[in-house]
Amino acid sequence: MKVNLQIWRQPDNKTKGKFVNYELDNINPEMSFLEMLDALNDKLIKRGEDPVAFEHDCREGICGSCGLFINGRPHGPEKDVATCQLHMRSFSDGQKIVVEPWRAKPFPVIKDLIVDRSAFETIMEAGGFVAVDVGSAPEANQIPVKKQHAEKAFDAGVCIGCGACVAACKNSSAMLFVSAKISQLALLPQGIPEARRRALDMLAKADELGFGSCTSTEACEVECPKAISLEHIARMNRQYFKASFSEEKE
Amino acid sequence: MAVLDSKIPQGPLKEKWSNYLETMKLVSPANKKKLDVIVVGTGIAGASAAASLAQLGYNVKAFCYQDSSRRAHSVAAQGGINAAKNYRNDGDSVYRLFYDMIKGGDYRAREANVYRAAEVSNGIIDQLTAQGVPFAREYGGQIATRSFGGVQVSRTFYAQGQTGQQVLLGSYSALKRMIARGKVKMYHRRQMLELVLVDGEARGIITRNLVTGELERHSAHAVVLATGGYGTIYYLSTLGVTSNASAAMIAYRKGAYFGNPSFIQIHPTCIPQLSDFQSKLTLMSESLRNDGRIWVPKEKGDTRDPNEIPEEERDYYLERKYPAFGNLVPRDVASRAAKERCDAGYGVGPTGQAVYLDFKHAIKEQGAKAIGNKYGNLFDLYQKITGDSPYETPMKIYPAGHYTMGGLWVDYELMTTIPGLYAIGEANFSDHGSNRLGASSLMQGAGDGYFILPNTIGNYLADKIKTRAPETSREEFAKAESDAREKLEKLLSINGSQTASSFHKRLGKIMWDHCGMKRNKEGLEEAREQVKQLKDEFYRDVNIPGSMNQVNQELEKALRVGDFFDLSQLLIEDALNRNESCGAHFREEYQTEGGEAMRDDENYMYVAAWEYQGDNKMPALHKEPLHYEFTEVKVRSYK
Repeated sequence: MKVNLQIWRQPDNKTKGKFVNYELDNINPEMSFLEMLDALNDKLIKRGEDPVAFEHDCREGICGSCGLFINGRPHGPEKDVATCQLHMRSFSDGQKIVVEPWRAKPFPVIKDLIVDRSAFETIMEAGGFVAVDVGSAPEANQIPVKKQHAEKAFDAGVCIGCGACVAACKNSSAMLFVSAKISQLALLPQGIPEARRRALDMLAKADELGFGSCTSTEACEVECPKAISLEHIARMNRQYFKASFSEEKE
Repeated sequence: MAVLDSKIPQGPLKEKWSNYLETMKLVSPANKKKLDVIVVGTGIAGASAAASLAQLGYNVKAFCYQDSSRRAHSVAAQGGINAAKNYRNDGDSVYRLFYDMIKGGDYRAREANVYRAAEVSNGIIDQLTAQGVPFAREYGGQIATRSFGGVQVSRTFYAQGQTGQQVLLGSYSALKRMIARGKVKMYHRRQMLELVLVDGEARGIITRNLVTGELERHSAHAVVLATGGYGTIYYLSTLGVTSNASAAMIAYRKGAYFGNPSFIQIHPTCIPQLSDFQSKLTLMSESLRNDGRIWVPKEKGDTRDPNEIPEEERDYYLERKYPAFGNLVPRDVASRAAKERCDAGYGVGPTGQAVYLDFKHAIKEQGAKAIGNKYGNLFDLYQKITGDSPYETPMKIYPAGHYTMGGLWVDYELMTTIPGLYAIGEANFSDHGSNRLGASSLMQGAGDGYFILPNTIGNYLADKIKTRAPETSREEFAKAESDAREKLEKLLSINGSQTASSFHKRLGKIMWDHCGMKRNKEGLEEAREQVKQLKDEFYRDVNIPGSMNQVNQELEKALRVGDFFDLSQLLIEDALNRNESCGAHFREEYQTEGGEAMRDDENYMYVAAWEYQGDNKMPALHKEPLHYEFTEVKVRSYK
C-alpha cells in the first residue's frame, strides 16, 4: 500500500518546526506503524536526509516510550493500543497520515516527534511511592489485601507513563496519570499512612509544572492505551478533598 | 593478569551468606556520606541498587539512556517472580528453589551464589509488597502464586502478565523517593561511552548526553553496571530494540572478564516472525504453559484449520516425550523440541516455523472467564499483533532469543575482575548457569539490587573512606573522553552507504543461524569468518547522517551495532570452545540418541571467563572450576 505522510519536523527546541510531506510506497499492511517509520528513515538516510527522530523501545506496548499523535489522536485510531502496537492494516491505501509529537506546554519538543516528558518524573518524585526502607518490610502476607482492591490497584498501576492523556486533553491536564498512582496506593493498605501528603503534593506539583485542570471531558480515558478508567480521577479527587479538610498536619 | 578468585565464603552452604554478612567490613553512616557510587542502568537491578545504596547513605549517581527509568526492559517481564515462601504448603523451601535453579542451569552455575539468590528471595516479596506492588491475591486477601516451567511447586508471584512492569515500578518508586531526598542524582538520556580506571580501579565513566551530544565526565569511588542483557545480538528478539551490550563490552575491553558469553536463552513461546521487515518478536509468557497444551499435527504439512484437527491426529509432543513435566519442561528443552518438530516438517502456519499452544481444554475445564482472569492481557496482546483470538483458535508460537545467562564475570561480591567495578542483574553471568528457569530474572535482579550489592560493596568501600572520588580534571578522564570522542568521530567519518540497522539485521541472521538454538563446529567456524567480513564492511560502509552534537539516533544505533560485532566474535569463540551440550548451549555433535543435551562434566565443568586481547585477536580463556559440594550432579531429566 501507499501512504501520504505529513510529519512534524523540528531540528531542536530552539528552532521553529514545520510539517513535511513524504510519500511512501510498498508498505505492507502487516507492518507496524513504527516499522513503517523505520522504512521511511531508511529511505531518508539513503537520500542523504535527516531521519525522523521518534522514541520507541519495547515495541509491545509496555515501556511507554513511543507516543505519536496520529491523525489528531494520541497513538492513532485503534483503541487500547500504544503507537508501537498500531499496524498499517488500520489505514487505507493512499491515506493521508498526519504525525505530530505530543502537544502540551509541559512537554517541550526535543527533536521532531520526541518530547521531553521529565515533568512526569518530577510529579512522581513529589510522592508517587511508599516510603519503606529495605529491611523494614513486614512479611508479605501480614498485609492482607482484598482481592477486588488488589485488582483495582493493578488496573491503575498498569499506567505506562506515555503521556497520551495529556496530549488528548484540551487543558493538557495530567490528572489521569497522577490519579493512576494516587488511586493505586489509596486502594492498598500500604499506601494509607502517606495518602494525605501524596494527594496534596503530587497534585500541587502537577499544577506547578503547568499541567491544566480536569474538566471531565473524558478524552484521556478514551485515548489511554492501557484503558485506565476515569474512576481513578474520582478516587483521587476524594483523596484530595479528604486531605484538604483533614486536621492532620505534618 | 587478574586472578579468578570467586571469594566464596567458607562454611556450609546454608551459612555462607550469613557468615559473610557477619564478617564483612562495615562503613559508618558518617563515612558513607563521603562515598560516591555510580550506577549505570536503572532497570530492576539498577533502580533497586541505586535506591538501596542511597538509603544506606551513599551518594549515588544513576544513569539511563531512556527518558525515564520506568522504560527499562525489565518492564516487559511477564510471568512472575519466584520466592521460596512455601505459601502453598507444597514442600517448597530455599533449598528446593536453589536445587531447581542449579539443575535447571544444567550444573554450570556457582552453588554459593545460587543458594544466596534463593535465600534472599522471600525478602524481595516482602519488600515489593510493602512498596505497593499489586500482586495477585486470593479471596482471603493473601498473595496468590502459580507454577512455572522446570519446577514441581507453585512459587511464582505475579501481577497478571505484567509482573515485570509492576516490580519495576516498585523499584522505580524507591528510586524516585531517593531522588526526592537528594541522595540520588539521576541522569536520564545518557549513554555510557567509556569506563575510567585510576590506578587500575574503576573510578568513573564518560557519558554522552543524548539530547545535546555533550560528552561528560563523572567520577566516584565505585561503578556498578546494571545494563541488562544482549539478546538483541540476534536483531530479532524479545528484548526492547535499544537493549544493548555496550557497557559490558566497554568494561570487557578495559579488562573485565566476560563469563560464558554464549549462554543465551531462547524462549520457547514467542509470536513467530511474520515477515522480513519485522523489528522485534513478542514474548508470550511461559505461564501460559500452565494451562495451554503444545502440539503439532501428526501428519506432515497438515494445513487444516487447527480446530478441525481431531484429538487423535494431534501430537502433544512435550507430554509424549516428557511425561513427568509435560508442557512445563524448562525453556531450553521446550525450545529445542519445537525446533525439532518444525525442522522435521510438522511446523504450522505460513512459514512452517510455528507450533500450536492450545487453551481449548483449559477453557472447557475452567471456563473462559477464569482463563481470562489469568491470561486476559496476554490474549489481548496476541490478538492485537496477529488478529487471532486465543479464546477461539490456538496460538501459534516459536522460540526467540530472550535472556542472556552469560555476562560479565563476577565474584561472590558481584565485583568484576576490575576492582571497584560491579555487575548486577542480567549484566552479570552469575546465577543461572547455562539455562535460566522462568521467573528467576526479576528475582535475581531485585535480589542483587536490594539485598546483595548494597552489602558487598561496603566491604570494598570501607577501604576508601580516606580518599575522595578523583577529580575529573585528571589525565585518566581526559584520555577516556578523547578516546570516546575519537570513536564517535571515526564512525561519523565513514560516510558509507548502508544503515546501521541493515548491518545489525545481517549480523543477527548469522548469529541466529549458527550460534542460536543449535550450534556445531562447522557452522561456528563459518560464522567466525562471516562476522569478521561483515564487521570490516561495517567500518568501511556504514552511513551515519548528522553530527555528534545533536540528537542522533543513527549514531546511537551504530555504536550498539559496533559492540555487537565484538561480542559476536567472543560468543562464537566461547561456543566453539565448549565441546559439550549444556542447557541452552546445544552443540549438535554432543547429544544423546534421544536428542538430549550431553554434558561433559569431566572437561567442561567450569565457567569460561574470557579476557580481551585486542581487536580481532583471540581472547584468553580463564577457567573457574565449579564444585558441587551440596548437590549431586546428575543427568538432567524431565521425563
